[in-house]
Amino acid sequence: MFGFFDRSRDLRTEGVWIAVIIVVLFASLRYDNFLSLYNVQTFFAYNSMFILIALGMALVIMTGGIDLSVGSVVALSSVVAAYASPYGIQVALPAGLLTGMAAGAINAFVITRMRIVPFIATLAMMLGARGMALVLADNKSVSVDWTSNFTKFGLTRVFGVIPWAVIIAAIVFIAFWVILEKTTLGRRILTIGGNPEAAKLMGVPVNRTLAITYVLSGGCAGLAGVILASGFGAGQPLEGLGWELSAIASVVVGGTLLTGGVGSIPATLAGAVLLGLIFNILNFENGQGQISLSAYWQSVIRGAFLLIVVVLQSNKGGSLFRRKAGQPTAEKP
Amino acid sequence: MEATPVLRMTSIDKSFGGIPALSNASLTIRPGEVHALIGQNGAGKSTMIKILNGAYKKDAGDIELDGNPVQFGSPHEAQLGGVSTIFQEVNLVHYRSVTENIVLGQEPKKFGLIDWPAAHRRAQEVLMRFGLDIDVHKPLHSYNIAIQQLIAIARAVSFDARLVIMDEPTSSLDEQEKQVLFKVIRDLSAENVAVLYVSHHLDELFAVCDRVTVMRNGQMIATHDIADVSKIGLVSEMIGRDANQIAKAGATGFGHNHAGGDKVVLELQSLSNGTSVQDASLIVHQGEIVGLAGLLGSGRTETVSMIFGADQPAGGTIRFKGKPGAFRQPAQAINAGIGYCTEDRKAEGIIPGLSIRENLTLALLPRLASRGIIPRATERELVDDFIAKLGIKTAGMEQPIRELSGGNQQKVLLARWLATEPELLILDEPTRGIDVGAKREIQALIEGLSQSGLSVLMISSEFEELIEGANRVVVLQEGKTVTTLEKDNLTEDSLLAAVAGHVDVAAE
Amino acid sequence: MSESINTTTTAKESGKSLQDLIRSNGTFLALIALIVINMLITPNFLQLQTLYVNLTQVATIAIVALGMTMVIASGGIDLSVGAVMALSGALAPYIFLSDFGVANPTMGLVLAILIGLLAGLVCGMFNGFLINQFAIQPIVATLVLFIAARGLAQVLTNGNLQVFDNPAFEFLGTGRILGLPFQALAAVVLALALSWVVRRTSYGRYLLAVGGNPKAANLSGISVNRVRLLTYAICGVLAGFAGMVVSAINSASDANQTGQLMELDAIAAAVVGGASLMGGKAPIIGALIGACIIQLVKYTLLANGVHDAVALIAKAVIIILAVYVQLNRAE
Repeated sequence: MFGFFDRSRDLRTEGVWIAVIIVVLFASLRYDNFLSLYNVQTFFAYNSMFILIALGMALVIMTGGIDLSVGSVVALSSVVAAYASPYGIQVALPAGLLTGMAAGAINAFVITRMRIVPFIATLAMMLGARGMALVLADNKSVSVDWTSNFTKFGLTRVFGVIPWAVIIAAIVFIAFWVILEKTTLGRRILTIGGNPEAAKLMGVPVNRTLAITYVLSGGCAGLAGVILASGFGAGQPLEGLGWELSAIASVVVGGTLLTGGVGSIPATLAGAVLLGLIFNILNFENGQGQISLSAYWQSVIRGAFLLIVVVLQSNKGGSLFRRKAGQPTAEKP
Repeated sequence: MEATPVLRMTSIDKSFGGIPALSNASLTIRPGEVHALIGQNGAGKSTMIKILNGAYKKDAGDIELDGNPVQFGSPHEAQLGGVSTIFQEVNLVHYRSVTENIVLGQEPKKFGLIDWPAAHRRAQEVLMRFGLDIDVHKPLHSYNIAIQQLIAIARAVSFDARLVIMDEPTSSLDEQEKQVLFKVIRDLSAENVAVLYVSHHLDELFAVCDRVTVMRNGQMIATHDIADVSKIGLVSEMIGRDANQIAKAGATGFGHNHAGGDKVVLELQSLSNGTSVQDASLIVHQGEIVGLAGLLGSGRTETVSMIFGADQPAGGTIRFKGKPGAFRQPAQAINAGIGYCTEDRKAEGIIPGLSIRENLTLALLPRLASRGIIPRATERELVDDFIAKLGIKTAGMEQPIRELSGGNQQKVLLARWLATEPELLILDEPTRGIDVGAKREIQALIEGLSQSGLSVLMISSEFEELIEGANRVVVLQEGKTVTTLEKDNLTEDSLLAAVAGHVDVAAE
Repeated sequence: MSESINTTTTAKESGKSLQDLIRSNGTFLALIALIVINMLITPNFLQLQTLYVNLTQVATIAIVALGMTMVIASGGIDLSVGAVMALSGALAPYIFLSDFGVANPTMGLVLAILIGLLAGLVCGMFNGFLINQFAIQPIVATLVLFIAARGLAQVLTNGNLQVFDNPAFEFLGTGRILGLPFQALAAVVLALALSWVVRRTSYGRYLLAVGGNPKAANLSGISVNRVRLLTYAICGVLAGFAGMVVSAINSASDANQTGQLMELDAIAAAVVGGASLMGGKAPIIGALIGACIIQLVKYTLLANGVHDAVALIAKAVIIILAVYVQLNRAE
């Protein structure tokens, strides 16, 4: 693998991986069932949705943008997928995916054509997609068709071990990794985030690249919606509240700069896994009855986590603790 | 017969909103030559470059590259067509690797995917042409500006450039780095790549250029072989006067009766900020107008922003009213009795959305307001007063300041500081971009203020303004005070010589 | 009185055309148009009951939108307002339901409200501190409390509804003064007060200067950091107050639901009211009108039997249109 991907030597992603390893070690020593097949399966099946939207969010953030609509888009496409479920997964999956991509395309239009900042554009989509989901679902969950192969998608496991959701997340992960590291599109994404002026001067088609990025992010949310519907047996118009923030947190924890231009797909995965592990451990901890931390501590801990990461990422905060990756260090040849 | 020039720009016209920026400007560059383009701020250099590289559209005129008419739609198109621009701020992507910055847009691929080993090799090869052996995997920002600039040049050359435009390439380089850059420029020239070199550092032109073209007010003044000209000649062409043409008295709004007491208001000793200002010293007495002269990049603005507490000095001393010590914030300086009219009115002066009234009293509020509440009647009276006193032309004090002309905006900003009743007023290019009438008014106003006891430190690039207005002119060069011209020996000649760097001439 | 003479002459001089009138009062005209449309199509619109319902509902949005408008004027944004509402809304009942609060009802109530406001203040100052000290973008800095403040509220209440019976506290949400809902009057009074602050105090002027041109503001002797800190603090206090109003309306605090999506409503109200996301404008009264428009659109759709979720879509469209119109006006 070495040399295949041109890993930016600048981005320090060891930290998040080390954190993941420490947490896993700690948990596997402390809880008997932590590394059980069941727990690992459930963990990844559930977190595949968060991983997917985090991956899409990562691309958007690398361009210097943000996509606040992903949570609502998950809900919308879960409803669409549920309606399409009688025709089987072969129809429902593309339907959910396309729904997400369409939402992304609208975001892209508002951002690149109407020149409205991503924050506001995707915030409006956050409302719009939620509204659309509720309208389509008539304010309640939409049951899926249990006779078609749609729910099998959520329940069966490839080789009897790997949930389909995980397969999908893995495919997207690899695809995005290759796109970012090995294609012109990936380099364009990073160039736009790093210096939009320079990108234009270097001939990067800025609008087209941005549009593709938002469509990809929407597509990820669409896939997550399909997984949601098939895993829970219903389209959930009220699900996905605040998921965009989990995604942003995962991306940031993975070391991607919110200002754009620097980022890593594997580290985003690690970030999402790390945040997921915190939930998982809290569940175990409560299950053991050692402490009774309510599930609500999760939000507090996530917030604290985000705080630490953004402070470390900021120029001032970073310099307090270590030599910051983003700071130029003069060096003569 | 000369060889076909690599570039021929003929009779270029360009205006912005009816105001001409270039008129009938022509420029010819020979293959492989290093051609300098110089001129004061606003002379039209950057407009010329931007028309050449496709950032702007020309109104009229022709551009030929190697004898073929061209019209680039964007700097990127120009780069593909053989004209690359290295901008003042290095326009590369700091967080990305050196390789990426060089190959972006023409990445080598294998099976549709970027072949990184090949990309690194190519980047290395390109850089080796300039004798630069660096780790191309590292992000751009791990190298200093000089190297970044060379990387930008390498990128340009990798697009088979015929002409490389360099806009102030040495502005952030130290002496040793400059030498590296000059060597690269000579290498380019040896490979028959022409360089259009824009700089305000005249010494550099003599070090590296073959020919030089001087611009002023959107027009081409002259083109010389570098061997045929002197620095002093270039400066006089840039400024628009020569030793024989003495300005008529009264060309400005300044009178000739200069007051000025003995009390020292401000004293700088070997002030430095560690970079652009190295050794600035000056004295301002009460009621004096002291001019601060120098070419672009001589550190004038940087010097005064330290006086005002907007920047912190790295060395030297500031003494205001006898008390040593630098102000840590502008608020402290204002409190102590200093006002500062910045050069860039739009970026650092006006609050565009606020009214004349609100802009005018902004610096005074701490004293005007009682318990944080602004007394409306007093405020209006005060603003009315200043509008009348300074002759600000406006539909009313509630008009947003952005709707005013440059001259009237400047008057409001002057009033902002005068309202605080300062003892020292720092003016950075107080009449730049202002029409002639308003200019005279502002100059007369400054004169009047100094006669009523206000001390003024005035940065200006206009010689008339300095000669007629100032009691004394301090000349900065490369961040150092090189000479101080007292009223007695303050002439066009002496100032010209001092600014151009012939200190010895000035001292005589 | 002299000033009114002044302004009329200016108005006469500039000779406003109808177009100017619409441009500068577009928000207000939109509100009037909405009311007229409702009079025509919505059954029972012109009834006192309708007014009460709308006033009760709009008040919390309006109060939060006031703070948001100040923050936006400073060139920032505050995503944490909804979560801060949940925190203050849960804290206050927690205090007066505590042993101490039950033992000393009056003291408990005063303390409850003060601590609710204090929580908002602390949250706002925390946001301002992060933005000043670490130069973190406001979106990101306020995201921290967006997540954590609601979490704290949920931890405090264990995620349960805290039902209470405290008429004095409930006055915040159900009380009437002169027949009008207390919180609606509070919103109007706060709007007038803040509008006065923006126009008449040094701080107000500094706020607009910092948002309009921070560099010039600093060079005019303004402490940009202090202005920002105060602005986020004001926004936090208002959010805290709104959170208590919501709890009072429901006679219960609900850490899960209180203030949910409020940041969006507040931003929408501010933008519709004429705030520019670039900063430098603080149309306080505009925010009040913006909040009314958003409320009335929602009400119109509901009262006419349109699916309530359509209101969300309508809100999305309004936000985009408002920003788009504003962008083009600036050019």
